[in-house]
Amino acid sequence: MATHLTAANVRPRHKRVLPGLSLSLGTSLLFISLILLLPMTGLVMQTMDMGWERYWQVITDERVVASYKVTLWAAALASIFNGFFGLLLAWVLVRYEFPGRRILDALVDLPFALPTAVAGITLATLYAQNGWYGDVLESLGIKVAYTPWGIVLAMAFTSIPFVVRTVQPVLEELSPEEEEAGMTLGASDWSVFRRVIFPALWPALMTGIALSFTRSLGEFGAVIFIAGNMPYVSEITSLMIFISLQEFDFAAASAIASVVLMASLVLLFAINIWQARYLRRLHGR
Amino acid sequence: MSATKSAPGQRHTLRVGDNPIVKWLLISVTLFLTVILLVVPLISIFQLAFMEGVAHYFSSLMEADTLHAVGLTLLVAALTVPINLVFGVMLAWAVTRFEFRGRKVLMTLMDIPFAVSPVVAGLLYLLLYGNNGWIGAWLYDHDIQLMFAWPGIVMVTVFVTCPFVARELIPLMQQQGREDEEAAVILGASGWQLFRRVTLPNIKWALIYGVILTNARAVGEFGAVAVVSGNIRGETNTLPLLVQAQYEDYQAAAAFASASLLAMLALVTLLFKAFVEWRQERSLNIESDKERKAVA
Amino acid sequence: MSILIENISKKFGHFQALSPLSLDISEGEMIGLLGPSGSGKTTLLRIIAGLEGADSGRIQFGDRDVTNLHVRDRRVGFVFQNYALFRHMTVADNVAFGLEVLPRKERPSRAEIQKRVQHLLEMVQLEHLANRFPSQLSGGQKQRIALARALATQPEVLLLDEPFGALDAKVRKELRRWLRGLHDELGFTSVFVTHDQEEALELSDRVVVMSNGNIEQIDQPGTLYASPNSRFVFDFLGNANVFEGKTDAGVWRNGQASIALPNGAQQEDGQLYIRSHEFFVSTEATAQADLPLRVIAINPIGAEVRLELAPIGWQSNDVWEVDLPHKAFDKNGFEKGQTVFVTPKAGYFFAHDAKQPVEIHWSITK
Repeated sequence: MATHLTAANVRPRHKRVLPGLSLSLGTSLLFISLILLLPMTGLVMQTMDMGWERYWQVITDERVVASYKVTLWAAALASIFNGFFGLLLAWVLVRYEFPGRRILDALVDLPFALPTAVAGITLATLYAQNGWYGDVLESLGIKVAYTPWGIVLAMAFTSIPFVVRTVQPVLEELSPEEEEAGMTLGASDWSVFRRVIFPALWPALMTGIALSFTRSLGEFGAVIFIAGNMPYVSEITSLMIFISLQEFDFAAASAIASVVLMASLVLLFAINIWQARYLRRLHGR
Repeated sequence: MSATKSAPGQRHTLRVGDNPIVKWLLISVTLFLTVILLVVPLISIFQLAFMEGVAHYFSSLMEADTLHAVGLTLLVAALTVPINLVFGVMLAWAVTRFEFRGRKVLMTLMDIPFAVSPVVAGLLYLLLYGNNGWIGAWLYDHDIQLMFAWPGIVMVTVFVTCPFVARELIPLMQQQGREDEEAAVILGASGWQLFRRVTLPNIKWALIYGVILTNARAVGEFGAVAVVSGNIRGETNTLPLLVQAQYEDYQAAAAFASASLLAMLALVTLLFKAFVEWRQERSLNIESDKERKAVA
Repeated sequence: MSILIENISKKFGHFQALSPLSLDISEGEMIGLLGPSGSGKTTLLRIIAGLEGADSGRIQFGDRDVTNLHVRDRRVGFVFQNYALFRHMTVADNVAFGLEVLPRKERPSRAEIQKRVQHLLEMVQLEHLANRFPSQLSGGQKQRIALARALATQPEVLLLDEPFGALDAKVRKELRRWLRGLHDELGFTSVFVTHDQEEALELSDRVVVMSNGNIEQIDQPGTLYASPNSRFVFDFLGNANVFEGKTDAGVWRNGQASIALPNGAQQEDGQLYIRSHEFFVSTEATAQADLPLRVIAINPIGAEVRLELAPIGWQSNDVWEVDLPHKAFDKNGFEKGQTVFVTPKAGYFFAHDAKQPVEIHWSITK
């Protein structure tokens, strides 16, 4: 992939005016090759060594499959929740002026700024039996900490900003005239929202949810403290890799990691392609 | 009611959802959820850190292991940030100032660290540079140890945080276009002059914010570092790893004391972000004011 | 439906966008709101639509008081300056929107909606574009779709904000004619905003000239052109040359230049407004006027030739423009740099402090 990208191979459309193409592109390519692509070779070699049968056996192990299911379900629920909550946050931040709006806006980024391990131990303590929330929930008969719900909670916490920050700019740039056009045609606020505003936000919302989902699939630090990590019930896939490593089973760790890596790369490419397509439709070709 | 961010001089008084009942209902639901999900956890970090008293808080922060972890964490950040700053600026310059085949591919590649689980990231490095890896074996023969030591921690941290600066710069530089720089070239500026006097002033705040984000993530990275650090207390424990170790040793107060340091850094990051946004908004407002006056 | 506007005013912060103003529009009329930017014409249009609330006053559609009625209940058709087509909907869905959001009781059946949309698209001659998205249309096509969308609910009032502003000259002319035809055929009441005097004069039954939030003049295009009632209207309707004169023994004098007072004119200082086609041009001064000017540019414009002239030995704020038929121009063969003398045939005189002009004609003595 990278070999196609050398500076010599780059065909200028017209003579370049600005300086620094070879320097900047060269540095970038070198960096990406060393930091991103080279490390992949280790994984490829490790999995090639182990043979197909053993590979298949590792990645379809019952406990590992259970971890896929838990991870996927929890990530799906967390990102759907963030779809709703993120849309609400973005709407309130863009559309309304109220005391504390700036603070709220800043707080949205807390999950990005706060180290995941800190988030993990805090959520675990809060939702544990004797924690502030755990107490209340216990009396309602709900258990969150050390169950799959804890995983959903931790994933949702760490990926809240994705939806807000992808929807917010689109919402800001929506043309007021389209809304007004909807109103002059007799549509109620709800109709205008549902038929005019929401369809315009939908692609950004989907992107945000997909990003949130991708991040949740890989989340580790925040999850392991609250998950309880019970085999077959609340172990996430990242943890399975981690456990294999602690047992010095590099082959097993690599096999599981290759599944996770492929899933996230496919997601990443899908998101990028989807984004490019909807942008093209909106702005004409 | 404010007309949000519409063009100056043009006012739109009627917007969907401006009904006061709807407005305040949505605001209260949002605030309620935010308090429950974000604010209370944040406050509880500090409450838990002080649960065994102020004296205990400070004594646990002054422990040798803690001090060492703080030092190591700062070292990692101090090495990671400049590396990714240079890379981020170079990459942003290449993809926003030139058209070339593979530009989109390059931008997608840059996003990989966002998508990859940190544990997988750590594993990739461990497999390559660990004693069994093809580079690691050579390094072992030459008595160089990267994994389970601080260089390994720096390497994975660079991997995990490499997109942040570029991600902040690219949209901004795309939006600003190339005209300013092209004008400077026509006026005879050299490459470095061009960057320092034309580009840098325009991207200054985004660049600083990218650095702040890189720093926050570098300091707080857990999964990837956990894989390559070997978890040797007082040697390869960064602050987040120490938090974990203390928490699992049932030293909750000490764990939250260490965590409170990280939480404070997070708060500083958020404050700084708010400040940068305020600066940018203000400079935009000043510009549009000027335009309005020029029209009138 | 007739529209009655009474004492409507509007402030944005400290800016008085509209001073209290009143306007009476009869059923089936086509009204052009003409004025420079910032004159309040768009604000007035938006207030009529209900997109903006007025600070004072009353609006009535027919017998119905709509002052406090929400825009969605006013049932007006509104065409936005940049069309505001829904970007994510096809052309057909855009046009169908107004019908699909009707309350269930009033909403036509799906088939009926489809039929109506088809009919509207035929009316704007774009039925072949039904499944395109707005980003795939040209400006003129977008404009027609925006109109079709506004007319889908059969409003009795159609409001248009700079309907042809973003189009090139040829398309603009064509659409103007087409809109006028549609208006006459369907019989709705239309109000449109424009800053283009030609557009206002050609399209409207009556033109409302606005400036600084006030109505300057309301008249039929012919009357408006023939007797503008203020300096502003005169300036805005364009192509008038201004001669600042002081009376002196039966002439208005300015530096070396002079124009004879016509018979019976009052001996007053003031400004003389003369339209660009109300002149003779010769190479010598006449008994009636001594206005020496230098030719600085010669521009053929359609059926006429426009001379741009700079005063020699007298003062004027602007370059003078004089339009000549090609015939007259060819006969004389003026050249750039040459000195010429112009003689006005008719003009409007604003005495020093007067708001209203006096029309004057010279009996030509060659």
